[in-house]
Amino acid sequence: MNPDPLLHVEDLAKRFVCHMQDGKVILGFEGVSFRVREGAALALTGPSGAGKSSVLKCIYRSYLPVQGRIRYRPLEGGEIDLARASETEVLRIRRAEIGYVTQFLSVLPRVPAVDVVAEPLITAGAPPAEARRRARAMLERIGIEPTLWEAFPATFSGGEKQRVNFARAVIRPPRLLLLDEPTASLDRRAMAVVIEVLAEMKARGTTMIAVFHEDSLLDSLMDERYRLPSKEAPP
Amino acid sequence: MTPLLSVRGLTQRYGTGCSACLELTGSRRETNRCPRCGAIVACRQVSFDLFPGEVLGIVGESGSGKSTVVRLLHFDEEPWAGEYRLAAASAADAGGGNLFALSPFARRRIRNEHMGIVYQHPRLGLRMKVSAGGNIAERLLMAGWRHVGRIRERASALLQQTEVPLSRMDEPPRNFSGGMQQRVQIAKALSTRPAVLLLDEVTTGLDVSVQAKVLDLIRSLQRELGIAMLVVSHDLGVIRLLTTRTIVMRYGEIIEEGLSDQILEDPQQPYTQLLVNSVL
Repeated sequence: MNPDPLLHVEDLAKRFVCHMQDGKVILGFEGVSFRVREGAALALTGPSGAGKSSVLKCIYRSYLPVQGRIRYRPLEGGEIDLARASETEVLRIRRAEIGYVTQFLSVLPRVPAVDVVAEPLITAGAPPAEARRRARAMLERIGIEPTLWEAFPATFSGGEKQRVNFARAVIRPPRLLLLDEPTASLDRRAMAVVIEVLAEMKARGTTMIAVFHEDSLLDSLMDERYRLPSKEAPP
Repeated sequence: MTPLLSVRGLTQRYGTGCSACLELTGSRRETNRCPRCGAIVACRQVSFDLFPGEVLGIVGESGSGKSTVVRLLHFDEEPWAGEYRLAAASAADAGGGNLFALSPFARRRIRNEHMGIVYQHPRLGLRMKVSAGGNIAERLLMAGWRHVGRIRERASALLQQTEVPLSRMDEPPRNFSGGMQQRVQIAKALSTRPAVLLLDEVTTGLDVSVQAKVLDLIRSLQRELGIAMLVVSHDLGVIRLLTTRTIVMRYGEIIEEGLSDQILEDPQQPYTQLLVNSVL
């Protein structure tokens, strides 16, 4: 196995400039540095508001970091700085290698649950019928009632939406999986299934970076922890 | 990856103009009207690439120049300056050169073969008194189709694909609802299997429920056909639903560009922040 880390975050910082509030600057986080080996699972910890979710969003490039590097080693070889790579490059790596699960439903409106989950497979070239079959199997596994499979997730409960989100992100196991409180509104049973699915993915080599509550069952999956530096009090 | 469509330095000026027009307009000057001569600089130094299978959004308020860009790319008007390349067209027609330098005839051919457009106002894209099927047939004829049976077959397949009832194929679009007129426009635009589809505010002015249906149709056609699209809209909902990358324009200029989710979640420019924070 390659001794270099799959992901190497160096002195990363994120600040938001709110132009509508006279250019007020809000610090997301700063001085964040960590490495993740391929196949390892890293937990980001720190108090609420420390910027854990923002770190994940910077890696996924939903946020633009203001400083630092996010060195990622793509499957094709070489290295790419996800903080600075062109959008087209980021999109290509995202589609091929990176998954992201949030606690919020971010799926498309007016698309049945089964198609929401099947879409990543279809995008990757799987025949639609086969993709839907696998999507149904995944929905069944994570405990979504068959009567809901053809319904729109916008009408689902919080826990159901979260599971659909999760299913969509893992149906095609990514190389790097970013997890932002993926079990926040799940009951014990649903959480156990999510953990089981993640454990299988990990066993097959998926690298993970996760944010979750301290007492979560997810803890059992994690190999390492990184505590975000505390923010300096604003001057 | 080679871009499918590539634009460099696209600039358009309306009016006589003077030597100070470019200097005195733009987002820094917060106007697109030259204070010295009164000319309008509708778009300036616009450069971007559209990649195969990609859906690129252009967002901005009215007067930002986004529709001008579309009209220029569709050869609806002559640019003041700029270069335009289309991978599909360059080999045979343009020798890799600037499409704006070609003769009107050559440009029309490229447009008919490689480009489709859907306008905000169906009357710009359709002949309202000619039947829906006839509208599509006309475009196919322009692209060199000659067999009447095959033209009719293709037209009905397209109308079916865009969910226009075949029973209404021989009716003129002026009898149709706004949503159905848009669907006929989409069918017509797709008829020649263009490499690029230009969509200019296609859901603006439609009822919300009809908007949703038209957007869902565009989304499913995009997935099915993998066609590259340029989606111009002032509506961030449209941008969120359809696009993967977004360009933000103001006073004729590109002021920001990024991944669509990044533009929506972490907009950088004051104007983009205002736009994102103004969503109802």
